[in-house]
Amino acid sequence: MISETVKRELESVLGSGGVKDDPETRVTHSYDGTPMLQVLPDAVIYPETTAQVSGVMKVLSAHRIPLVSRGSGTNLCGGTVPVEGGVVMVMHRMNRIVEVDLQNLTATVQPGLNTKQFIVHVEGLGLFYPPDPSSMAVSTIGGNIAECSGGLRGLKYGTTKDYVLGLEAVLADGRIIRTGGKLMKDVAGYDLTKLLVGSEGTLAVITEATLKLIPPPKSKKTMLAMYRDLYGAARTVSKIIESRIIPATLEILDRQTIRVVDDFANLGLPHDMDAILLIEQDGEPEAVERDIAIIADICRGESAERIEVAATPEQALKLLTARRSAFTALARLRPTTILEDATVPRSKIADMMLEINRIAAKHGVQICTFGHAGDGNLHPTATTDARDPEEIHRVEAAFEEIFEAAISLGGTITGEHGVGLVKAPFLEWKVGEAGIDLMRGVKQAFDPLGILNPGKVFAKSARKRVVLQHG
Amino acid sequence: MAESASPVANPLAEKLKISLDYDQLTNCMRCGFCLPACPTFHETGVEAESPRGRIALMKAAVDGLLTPDRAFAEQMDHCLGCRACEPACPADVKYGRLIEQARDSVEEHRHDHRWWVKVVRKAAFEGLFPHPRRMRLLGGALKLYQRTGLGQLIRSTGALKLLPAHLTEMERIMPAASGHGVIGRIGERHAAKGERIATVGLFRGCIMDILFTDTNVNTVELLTEAGFDVVIPDSQTCCGALHAHSGEQAQARQLAKRNLQAFQEAGVDWIVSNAGGCGAMLQEYDHLLHEDPQWKDNANWFAQRVVDVSRLLVERGRIPAFRFPQAGQEEVRITYQDSCHLRNVMGSYDSPRRLMRQVDGVEYVEMAEADRCCGSAGIYNLTQPEMSANILSHKMEHARGTSAGIMLTSNPGCLLQMKLGIEREGLAGQMEAVHLVDFLHQSMVRG
Ligand SMILES: Cc1cc2nc3c(=O)[nH]c(=O)nc-3n(C[C@H](O)[C@H](O)[C@H](O)COP(=O)(O)OP(=O)(O)OC[C@H]3O[C@@H](n4cnc5c(N)ncnc54)[C@H](O)[C@@H]3O)c2cc1C
Ligand code: SF4
Ligand code: SF4
Repeated sequence: MISETVKRELESVLGSGGVKDDPETRVTHSYDGTPMLQVLPDAVIYPETTAQVSGVMKVLSAHRIPLVSRGSGTNLCGGTVPVEGGVVMVMHRMNRIVEVDLQNLTATVQPGLNTKQFIVHVEGLGLFYPPDPSSMAVSTIGGNIAECSGGLRGLKYGTTKDYVLGLEAVLADGRIIRTGGKLMKDVAGYDLTKLLVGSEGTLAVITEATLKLIPPPKSKKTMLAMYRDLYGAARTVSKIIESRIIPATLEILDRQTIRVVDDFANLGLPHDMDAILLIEQDGEPEAVERDIAIIADICRGESAERIEVAATPEQALKLLTARRSAFTALARLRPTTILEDATVPRSKIADMMLEINRIAAKHGVQICTFGHAGDGNLHPTATTDARDPEEIHRVEAAFEEIFEAAISLGGTITGEHGVGLVKAPFLEWKVGEAGIDLMRGVKQAFDPLGILNPGKVFAKSARKRVVLQHG
Repeated sequence: MAESASPVANPLAEKLKISLDYDQLTNCMRCGFCLPACPTFHETGVEAESPRGRIALMKAAVDGLLTPDRAFAEQMDHCLGCRACEPACPADVKYGRLIEQARDSVEEHRHDHRWWVKVVRKAAFEGLFPHPRRMRLLGGALKLYQRTGLGQLIRSTGALKLLPAHLTEMERIMPAASGHGVIGRIGERHAAKGERIATVGLFRGCIMDILFTDTNVNTVELLTEAGFDVVIPDSQTCCGALHAHSGEQAQARQLAKRNLQAFQEAGVDWIVSNAGGCGAMLQEYDHLLHEDPQWKDNANWFAQRVVDVSRLLVERGRIPAFRFPQAGQEEVRITYQDSCHLRNVMGSYDSPRRLMRQVDGVEYVEMAEADRCCGSAGIYNLTQPEMSANILSHKMEHARGTSAGIMLTSNPGCLLQMKLGIEREGLAGQMEAVHLVDFLHQSMVRG
């Protein structure tokens, strides 16, 4: 619990409606989308302005109380679980679109804005904001920036980092900084904008963002390629890239994932296929036609059983929406779903698929795989039961091997979900000792008291995956 | 690191441990996909007012992380029970069951109902809804009250002021009650026009049958016109929805058994409902009775045979031609508010729209957020007047946006709530709320 003094000081910044510490509020801010993790915060606060955030940071740094910024709590790395207690700050009340600049093609928004609402808004103005994490109907722009989220369109259009031009952020001591701006070029000093993107709430609180918008593609085509051979599908992915075609979307779903997604979305997907590729191309109409024809040829060459092109935009949207539900839909199989985020160079997708299945069999665990195949980003997902510690142990062992396999194929432990708490023990595997030292130095410079999302990114020791009792 | 509250002996916590389905609680993997669908989250922006938040509270109570107190009970009460979170959930978490189990437990340990809620609930749940005859007597009394101008008198003396403001408001929008009910009006058996497609049993509903007798009569005429023999078994009773949603499971089961028997004896192919709330309840009798070996199979049969009147017409009937009788030079606009349970539980959202689009002489416009709960949700507008009012006022903004002259719905609760909204917003004279069946009946071109 926070002391009465701190509570009063916070209330003087936020008003009495902006601070809550009743048990119901604390319980409902003790988790995020990460399985088996739950720790109660001492209080939950709801700022409405940058000035309030600054005031809050002054109070908290004076008392050395940890602060965890929270968007919608959909992250999958324990990013908003207050493992060292302290205050969870919900950004939802700062959810305005400050401006859409039609001359510079930029938008300035507050961090608590819902991603999908933003995308729909700019589309209404004839513009396009590509980063579209599967959670976009729920997630916030602030959360997307802090995790540098990718999405279904990442292959061609890049991820969040490619669209953040400038930020306003509040430092741990309450000072306010502005980085970048409505500028397509800016080399004045270190690139603090890029540094804050993906910083997982450990360096500063993002209070405003200036985002790049682009003109939307003129046309789109969406197709499904169905395979009886998982590796044929995986090889197709590498072949498409090799043929110098960059589709807007290139997603893979394995057999189990196809089934659960279809149970949810009732699209009549084939339950007897081992894999589906969901492919979308956009651009000038003729170019789209030509690419889709070439891609279809490549699919056939890799022995795709069937190829279907979506007849209408509505049907295409349904397919993409269904794909977005994949992770949650896997929870239909078993009560606990643990998903990973291994990413490899795109030419290695088939090898990685083989490795995942070999490792799953070796440890006797069920791992279903789907993901942004075109990005080399797979989401091997273990379906298991948190109540069975022995099985969870095997799952953890399997994932450790999967990380190893990814790194030895030239990949990384996380492509888009972030390090947070759950990957912290493995970070050194990817960046090395010198890399960790350097990152610690950056953290120290931004947050000398260690009050911004403590316990994240850097592991105290080379711990195993943290498994808490109540999850 | 994890902070686990010391397990204080709390009788509600103990009860929750027994009643809540722990598998369902763990199936929620906290992805948040249900948040945008939830009206109470939409209104408040507070996680505890969301499905994910409520499930987390239930689980925390069972895990001993939270001592369920009054605030916990209130949070469970705030849920509309609209179940929009269920079709939104890719993990197929059965939220409707969880909230019923939670409320059942809360009810057992509740000491804090406002007096009038308690009185009304007890009288209605035990003394009234299960007894069709008493319901009809009440209907008669209501009618007398409305007819004799006694209502006028009571209103003018301010006697009604003793009741909370919203009850007074409700009193004003109540339709004329009937002392007869559908069987009293037209009898039990009705033959199909033309070749018979199937025999269907009409579920008349308890509130439906005294406040909306006309709608029941119209349902029968629509069905016979479309080729169905219709039976209205007189031994049927209340569906039990209000009981189940308010934590009175045992009573709900009793009522379910009586209905199973009534419709089985009547030898029907389908059980037709014209009230989304009742239909959804009937359709879940299989779950309600799944632990009862004697009734399980019957309940499964029954649940599979329950169908909404729109869906039956669209999927199996000979749909008559519809032409709106008042169609003049200027086309009348109509719009539709989904009944939550019809949409989210019975899965019927396309059929009502298909029927409305088939009516000549009117233009159908889709209302923004038509799929979002209107805030009525059974007795919600009585027990949670404030939240209900906020939700309704948003709803009416969208209603205004359609510029429709007729607002159609498929459930008595929604219909009354829409009438209330029209009244509150001063839209009377511009917009009228009508049950879809009545509208279709009025527009039916008889063969
Ligand atoms: C079903 C499902 C599908 C998903 N699909 C994808 C996907 O396709 N691609 C992808 O990349 N991710 C995906 N995710 C992960 C997650 O949704 C993203 O990381 C998302 O960006 C998180 O947004 P949020 O608003 O929920 O942030 P939160 O979870 O609330 O927070 C995430 C992190 O950001 C920090 N943070 C939040 N707001 C601020 C702020 N204003 N200032 C500083 N720090 C802040 C938090 O401290 C935390 O560390 C998925 C998750 C789920 C549950
Ligand atoms: S959508 Fe389903 S699994 Fe996801 S948070 Fe809501 S109830 Fe839980
Ligand atoms: S039933 Fe309706 S109000 Fe209740 S949690 Fe689900 S969506 Fe929200």
